[in-house]
Amino acid sequence: MDPLLSGEIGLTEVLIVLLKVVVSFAALMVGVMLMVWFERKLVADMQNRIGPNRAGPFGLLQTLADGIKLFFKEDLQPERSDPFVFKLAPYLSLVPAFLVFTVIPIAGNFSDGNDGVVTLLGHETLMQVANPQMGILFVLAMSSVAVYGVMLAGWSSGSKYPLLGSVRASAQMVSYEAALGLSVASVLLLAGTLTTNGIVAEQSGWRWNLWMTLLVPFVVFVIAATAELNRPPFDLVEAEQELVGGFHTEYSSIRFALFFLAEFMNTVTMSAVIVTLFLGGPEGPIPSGAPGWVQDYLLPLTYFFGKLFIFLFVFVWFRATLPRFRYDQLMDLGWKFLIPLALGWFLILTSLKVAEDQGWNPVVAVAVTAAVVVVGAVLLRSSIRAASGDDLDDVTADVAAGGES
Amino acid sequence: MRVEVFTFLVAGAICVGGALGVVLFRNPVHNALSLVATLFGVAVLFIAQEAYFLAAIQVIVYAGAIVILFLFVIMLLGVDQAEAIERDPFRLRRTITVLGGAVLLAGSVAILLAAGQRTTGREAATAPLDPAVPDVERLGRAIFTDYVFAFEITALLLTVAVVGAVVLTRRSTGTPIDLEEFPDGSAYDVWVSDHPGALVDEDTADADADADGEDGSGDDATDTGDADGQDDESADSEVTS
Repeated sequence: MDPLLSGEIGLTEVLIVLLKVVVSFAALMVGVMLMVWFERKLVADMQNRIGPNRAGPFGLLQTLADGIKLFFKEDLQPERSDPFVFKLAPYLSLVPAFLVFTVIPIAGNFSDGNDGVVTLLGHETLMQVANPQMGILFVLAMSSVAVYGVMLAGWSSGSKYPLLGSVRASAQMVSYEAALGLSVASVLLLAGTLTTNGIVAEQSGWRWNLWMTLLVPFVVFVIAATAELNRPPFDLVEAEQELVGGFHTEYSSIRFALFFLAEFMNTVTMSAVIVTLFLGGPEGPIPSGAPGWVQDYLLPLTYFFGKLFIFLFVFVWFRATLPRFRYDQLMDLGWKFLIPLALGWFLILTSLKVAEDQGWNPVVAVAVTAAVVVVGAVLLRSSIRAASGDDLDDVTADVAAGGES
Repeated sequence: MRVEVFTFLVAGAICVGGALGVVLFRNPVHNALSLVATLFGVAVLFIAQEAYFLAAIQVIVYAGAIVILFLFVIMLLGVDQAEAIERDPFRLRRTITVLGGAVLLAGSVAILLAAGQRTTGREAATAPLDPAVPDVERLGRAIFTDYVFAFEITALLLTVAVVGAVVLTRRSTGTPIDLEEFPDGSAYDVWVSDHPGALVDEDTADADADADGEDGSGDDATDTGDADGQDDESADSEVTS
């Protein structure tokens, strides 16, 4: 709970909350603008092109120019579309993207067991818009709401390519949410709390979940997050060669801009979630002699955005490097590899935790659990092989050789 | 007006409006969206009762997974055109539904009026709870100690349901047939010999559905065993699809 809201609520408190909302919204919008420019520029560099370089220094204002252009274009609505849902869908995409950012702690002193409380206008508060008790579950809830935006956009367009794109999207996003949730569970097991503030505070002093959970949940989360964002190499939702533009084929003008904005906003917020969950958010070494504003704002903000930048770079790097997955490969990776892996790893971490609580020998506990996981993996593998029909190859060969049988 | 009352009124209005929308809209997708509105209203009511975990689960599981699956099925089956309910062949079904709904409504109103505050959960809400312990912890303790058997049995039930669904959808036992391997048109005979018992009549009764509706029973089971020609057709389309 935010200490700001625990006492009497007066005008100042309301104003502080409003200030935080406005500042975080503005920061996110500027961040998205820079992210679009950064992505285009970096992909251009990786492909030996120049990229945007006309509007403003280094083409920095290109996104703004594109936004203005889109804003003044004609807003088309297909005749066979569903008018209400067609207009609703872009907002269902955009609003969750922003709401996720509200629970991300972006500053505050978390070193040496501090809990990130800062003093703003004479009031103690946290550097996040809200710190609800459900914390990280809110992030998962919003990412499941975001599915509606994509899905309804495709359906309401009343056209076949958007519909195909949205059916793909919803299946993909629902599938990967499972892997996402299971890797978050490993983090929650260590943190012992759902609040984002608590998760960051628990990682203070270099006890980052990145290595405290032994790397595997991190890898699963990054892959699942990429799929959840519909970014390359998992961008089957808008595979140009197959689906024209995917779910937003029929959208134009400002409504298309909203989808575009939501996509990049989601990239930024998902990177922020990764930083919060696995890299300790704004946590980092802070000299105790420094003045208060350096301890509370400058250094943590620098750490946070530095870590954020790493993941933004990685997402662009993925896009420039990896070819798109086929749809069955995507589903195989999610259901047959990531989910069992995250579940098995969760089991191992749980056994470690129970052994620690009960005073058992951790080596024995982990060895027994690992044996169980291996047996489970072998069973899973054999069942997948049985289901895929590899053992039917002989029959097919017979039929093919004999012609009529 | 106190904030709690205001929250309750707004969320309650969304719930009731959504529920009405589920029943009254003609388009299945609009029905499903109304259901989402109701689920969100309930989630807000959960938060007003400080049951944060339940609220999050409500959104993640119901809005995020179950209604998505509803929509998925609606879109895939292409039943998203507004149906002409007047031509519904099963008139008796409508009557039964309306009657059943009315009985349910009357019954719940009667129980609510008779039992008063005992049904609204007020007693449970006023029971002593330690506000320092998060509701996740309380819920976890309850589920994994007092109600652990109910929890495990539910998990088993879901597993059985999943296994059942997989078994039902994986009926075909033989190899799939590639038509190009049989240019002489013998693919159908090969398929039949590979799939003994696969030609139990199905989906052939659709043509007679309207006629069935007249007697109000809507029973499809009686008219199986159609002419062979029709069987061939349906089986062939199954081969090619």
